[in-house]
Amino acid sequence: MTWFRRENKPLPSVPEKRVRTEGLWVKCDGCRRILWKKDLAENQELCTHCGFHFRISARRRLELLLDDGRFTERDASLESTDPLEFTDVKPYRDRLRKAREATGGRDAIITGEGKLGGQPVILCVMEYGFIGGSLGAVVGEKITRAIERAETARCPLIIISASGGARMMEGAVSLMQMGKIAAQLMLLDQAGVPFISVLTDPTTGGVTASYAMLGDLNIAEPGALIGFAGPRVIEQTIRQKLPEGFQRSEFLLEHGMLDAVVPRQEMREYLIRALAFLRAQPAAPPRAATQSA
Amino acid sequence: MSDSLPNSPDPESLQAAAEEALSQELAVLRGASAPAAASSAAGAEDEPRVESEVWRRVLLARHPQRPTALDWIGLLCGDFAELHGDRRFGDDPAMVAGMAEFRGRQVLILGQQRGRDVKDKIRRNFGMAKPEGYRKAMRLMRLAEKFHRPILSLIDTQGAYPGVDAEERGQAEAIAWNLREMARLRVPVVATVVGEGGSGGALGIGMGNRVLMLENAMYSVISPEGCASIMWRDAEKKEIAAAALKLTAAELLALDLVDEVVPEPPGGAHTDPKAAAQMLGDALERALVGMENLSGADLQAQRCARFRGLGHFYQEAPAR
Repeated sequence: MTWFRRENKPLPSVPEKRVRTEGLWVKCDGCRRILWKKDLAENQELCTHCGFHFRISARRRLELLLDDGRFTERDASLESTDPLEFTDVKPYRDRLRKAREATGGRDAIITGEGKLGGQPVILCVMEYGFIGGSLGAVVGEKITRAIERAETARCPLIIISASGGARMMEGAVSLMQMGKIAAQLMLLDQAGVPFISVLTDPTTGGVTASYAMLGDLNIAEPGALIGFAGPRVIEQTIRQKLPEGFQRSEFLLEHGMLDAVVPRQEMREYLIRALAFLRAQPAAPPRAATQSA
Repeated sequence: MSDSLPNSPDPESLQAAAEEALSQELAVLRGASAPAAASSAAGAEDEPRVESEVWRRVLLARHPQRPTALDWIGLLCGDFAELHGDRRFGDDPAMVAGMAEFRGRQVLILGQQRGRDVKDKIRRNFGMAKPEGYRKAMRLMRLAEKFHRPILSLIDTQGAYPGVDAEERGQAEAIAWNLREMARLRVPVVATVVGEGGSGGALGIGMGNRVLMLENAMYSVISPEGCASIMWRDAEKKEIAAAALKLTAAELLALDLVDEVVPEPPGGAHTDPKAAAQMLGDALERALVGMENLSGADLQAQRCARFRGLGHFYQEAPAR
């Protein structure tokens, strides 16, 4: 028997009055200032203070770029069959499942068709959020099919890269995708169909060392990390700290590797401008008769 | 060979030292894997053995006495005349190329040169080519095309050089360019991985109509050490990484990524380089004879079709 008994129901505890702020603000990596996410979204994910280019998803990129944001996706259902049955600290299959849940896509790229200033284009946009935008068998096949469609339709091709390089978990299979895509780009080049490569933060490794550097025009967003080897690998090799701005878009422009650095808010107009110059030749020269350069 | 240094130790003693080092390393590795096997469940007992088998091949592919590109050229060809320079920036000693006579044919033969002794290795940057190396290779492949000479490419590199100067001069662009422009060539190209096939730096001279691999060579998207330090955050997991990456000739053949595995003498190519070169020469000759009647356009189309088919490891996802 207890001496005291609670007669009434416990008082309802007053819910703590707090405004939910989590996820509403972000810190700019460029100027370290705090930004309201809504402002950021309305400004094409560019810092309203310093113009720093935030990374954006492939879907968002398409929305920002294309006429009315309209896009017809192709080959959306392709997925990897895990050729090596690769397992490191966790199985590759689990990584794939997680990435699919996180991005809503089946692999690290979206391919399809849309219009830019009324001009039909074939687009491939890489999704960095999917295992670092890595190039594996699915990305390789989807880009290859897009190139083939561009060649058949004599329609300009635009590939927007954001990738850490080849997908380690697919081993040499992913390495060979570099050759597969490059060979297909040779045929597109031979057919006289334009190809614009847009490099965004980050574009490194096997993606830079294949299609990202093979555009008729190679253009990049400001401040994007672009290189063959990652900065950490280079630091380990030379055992020195790398200078500020090394392997950024402006560095590559200075060293003659890019045609232009174009801010995101000007990208759409720039591409429309470029496509007016890069017109597919009206008649395809017969392949057999083409003399190599 | 013209570039062997006067003060290099005699090959016999070097070989003995290397064998010694290798057997010691093997002993260490066996020692390391034995307790692991003992402590793990009985069912897993086989696994470390499989891994050491893969690792044994990695060590063979990197064996200090394994023939280098210039050794292969000397063994395979007569009348070799080396050609230098990219006519843009410089001459990269990590990439060698030249005119040669191979079994009655004039060919262009090229490859990454690892170097034979310490001094030579440093001069050749351990076979890690810079952009000028890839551009030299492409310039000379174009030359071969102009004069309708077949191209033999020997791949042996840890990878393209990851350094500041290489980045400044466009390492990525140089490799990308080679991938596309090799695809365009209208002469036969046979690429062979003779030692280590390290990622894009290997593929940068690897766009062949036929791609061969020596039995103990390796070909991978990343070194086992690099993979281990990224995925396991521990470079010591290199043996496990090597097995996971499926980088041996037999595994790549099974994945349809290479066309033929060229056998080596028992114990590896370094135990009997002459016999190894005989077998490689036979395979190369077969490949060239097989392309004899193809036109330039056919050769280009065949090469593109070969690469088009690589990595058929995707499926239509079932509807959700």
